[in-house]
Amino acid sequence: MYFVRRILFAIPLLLVISALAFLLVHLAPGGPFDGERQPASPEIERNLKAKYHLDEPIWKQYARYLGDLLHGDFGASLKYRNHSVNDIIAQGLPVSMTLGGLAFAFATVVGVPLGFFTAAWRGRWPDHLGSFFAVLAVCVPSFVVAPALILIFAMKLKWFPVALWETPWHMVLPSIALGSYFAGKVARIMREGMLTAAQSEFVTAARAKGLTETMLLLKHAFRIALLPVVSYSGPMLADLLTGSFIVENIFQIPGIGVFLVNSSLNRDYTVVVGLSLLYAMLLIALNLAVDFAYTWLDPRVKYE
Amino acid sequence: MTFIRRACRIFRRARFLFCLPSCVLVFGCTRQEPPADLTIINRYEPESLDPAIIVAQADMRIVLALFEGLTRLEPVKARAVPGLAAVWDISPDGKTYTFHLRTNLVWSTSEPITSADVVYSWLRELDPQTASRYAGQLYYLKNAEAFNTGKITNALLVGVRALDKFTVRVELNHPTPFFLDICAMPLTCVVPRQTVEQYGDHWLNARPLPVSGAYELVAWRLNDKVRLKKNPRYWDAANTQSEIVDILPVGSPSTALNLYERGQVDIVWNKELIPPELLDVLLQRPDFHSFPSLATYFVRFNVTRKPFDDPRVRRALALAVDKERIVKKITRAGEIPTSHLVPPGTANYHSPDGLGYDPALARKLLAEAGYPGGKGFPHFEYLFNAAPGADVNQNIAIELQQMWRDELGIDMELRQVETQVFWGILSQIDYELASSDWIGDYNDANTFLGMFLTGDGNNETGWSNPRYDELVHAGNETTDLKQREKLFQQAETILIRDDLPIVPLYIYVGINYFDTNKIAGIWENMLDDHPLNYIRKIKN
Repeated sequence: MYFVRRILFAIPLLLVISALAFLLVHLAPGGPFDGERQPASPEIERNLKAKYHLDEPIWKQYARYLGDLLHGDFGASLKYRNHSVNDIIAQGLPVSMTLGGLAFAFATVVGVPLGFFTAAWRGRWPDHLGSFFAVLAVCVPSFVVAPALILIFAMKLKWFPVALWETPWHMVLPSIALGSYFAGKVARIMREGMLTAAQSEFVTAARAKGLTETMLLLKHAFRIALLPVVSYSGPMLADLLTGSFIVENIFQIPGIGVFLVNSSLNRDYTVVVGLSLLYAMLLIALNLAVDFAYTWLDPRVKYE
Repeated sequence: MTFIRRACRIFRRARFLFCLPSCVLVFGCTRQEPPADLTIINRYEPESLDPAIIVAQADMRIVLALFEGLTRLEPVKARAVPGLAAVWDISPDGKTYTFHLRTNLVWSTSEPITSADVVYSWLRELDPQTASRYAGQLYYLKNAEAFNTGKITNALLVGVRALDKFTVRVELNHPTPFFLDICAMPLTCVVPRQTVEQYGDHWLNARPLPVSGAYELVAWRLNDKVRLKKNPRYWDAANTQSEIVDILPVGSPSTALNLYERGQVDIVWNKELIPPELLDVLLQRPDFHSFPSLATYFVRFNVTRKPFDDPRVRRALALAVDKERIVKKITRAGEIPTSHLVPPGTANYHSPDGLGYDPALARKLLAEAGYPGGKGFPHFEYLFNAAPGADVNQNIAIELQQMWRDELGIDMELRQVETQVFWGILSQIDYELASSDWIGDYNDANTFLGMFLTGDGNNETGWSNPRYDELVHAGNETTDLKQREKLFQQAETILIRDDLPIVPLYIYVGINYFDTNKIAGIWENMLDDHPLNYIRKIKN
């Protein structure tokens, strides 16, 4: 019931987002067809604008856009005139999601055990070493990590390709570059979660019952310690999707990050609004999934 | 229990976490494609591959591989040579061209290409519904402007028609010595009528896409690559050197350089893809080729705004610019400082000299205009946009500001705007000074001088000089090339020495990088035009 309500609430939210994005991008100075080469006559400019209905009042353009949207048509790109926004999304989104998914996997596969071990050996050398790397990963931004990885592993050691997105070998360095920051964050959050869980009453009770330290940490504390990580996953996935632009640019990955940024610079109205809506939908869906995972992990949590 | 043993035990129990990335990898996008014979970085993702609507040079490079016009450019000096047309006759008055097509032409899908296709393509270019921004290049045709602006709707009145299946008759308004170069430009390329009529705006998504050029379109993946395959039905297919060509859009200069260094790409042909910090070092290498190009960087004045409506003020500012300093200190790629607009090496033309560097004379002129020592000179702004990848525009702006302050005592403010906004302001002539450049469309002085005719859309200065218009038009009316050169020289003198709505700064230099020991078939010419079908990897 709770989740159905959440989904229904998403619809007016998306409407507001589309209206805001539409209005803001139209308010910005400059238009999509301003260019270096002026057409030989103003009629050409007029025809171009009329073709894409840019000469109509804004509310009419928005109504037309909503009408198309109801048919699942996000419109044609004004800059890439042979492609529709649906094309751009269909080609770019799977790539960005794969990159985001791999980075997420890297972040959890590295971050969760790192957090676990630094908490389990708190105060001793695994903790110091692990925490050092975690904090380092958080502090160094992706546009420093990426070139460093390329320099060492692609240029000098030649283990991986330098850029592009063709085979699984191409996917390793970008995923690490994008995921390293989040791995560090996840490790820190996991560590805090473990330390808190280790203090809780049911862990003390289990220890009193005679459970070994390993079983204790892994079976009882781990599941509870994972909760803060799970709730961080929502904003983390959002950051992964939006922050992929830098990594996509450096590795020349054909995702949608570059379209999100360049479409506003190009005043490509349809792409801006379309991608804003897409990101909004993804964020809503991902946050919903995270909340669902929360109920599964922690039996104490219930939604009405 | 030791750390290692406990760790192993824990990992054994948490196996599933490691299955996750492997699953993603397996289901992720992996492509099984044969490698390309040639991989080229083209910098920008093409906005379109429709010959009628493209404007960017990056797009033109791909389009000219897919489609061809009556003529094509040869790779060494980029001169127009026979393309789809085998021969042509030009009437003595230079106004009528009769093109004879080759009789064995077919689309890549094997239908014949005839003169009706040529006429269709040209009329489509001029059709107001197509809204082509380059349609003005066909205004040399009779009634083309009237048709394109909607004044007439009968396409039969336009000066291009099919006399028979293989003959095209073109009628021009006046002799146009560079008309054959225009016939090589994408806007005149022949497009497949059936496909365009069937699919409308999405005709480029049809597979197989019928093409008239040396290569077929295999795949066009946004922001990923354009893959071309040799078209065996092209009339000159025997000379097409590479079988599969990949064209990549790469945005970051360091990525492009890394890809080149690792051998993942063969050619990088855009000078924006050179990391500016490494420019001096890289230009020493033999695989970095720089060459003067058909493009000029200059400053525009808005001559409708005080005090720039006074030619003495404009001349004063021009005389106070040390162009050598700009070229040596800021751009550093071997650009040529220039006092004239038309680049040296332009066909059939030698520019007259403009104004040199003379600060003393500049100060005198400024005093004459009523601002001795710069006193009382109103505040003004220099408009520029952020050049992608390098801060050239900004650095030049700062340098000009310094020069004018030191030599003339006037204060200039800098105003940087986004590129789209910049073009808008320029077209509305809502600035005082603006950074500008122009890349020639074809190898003739008219592509530069024609810009500053009264009312031309690319003038954007508000400048109008009837004598200049007269001279340029007269130059375009005559068939005598020497006479034409004289008339153009007189016109350019007005532009760059007397009236000066612009201050030319330097001639661009193009830079491409590829290893001449590994790649053959590329020659550096002023138009930076390199037909793909001649390029090949050298096999030893």
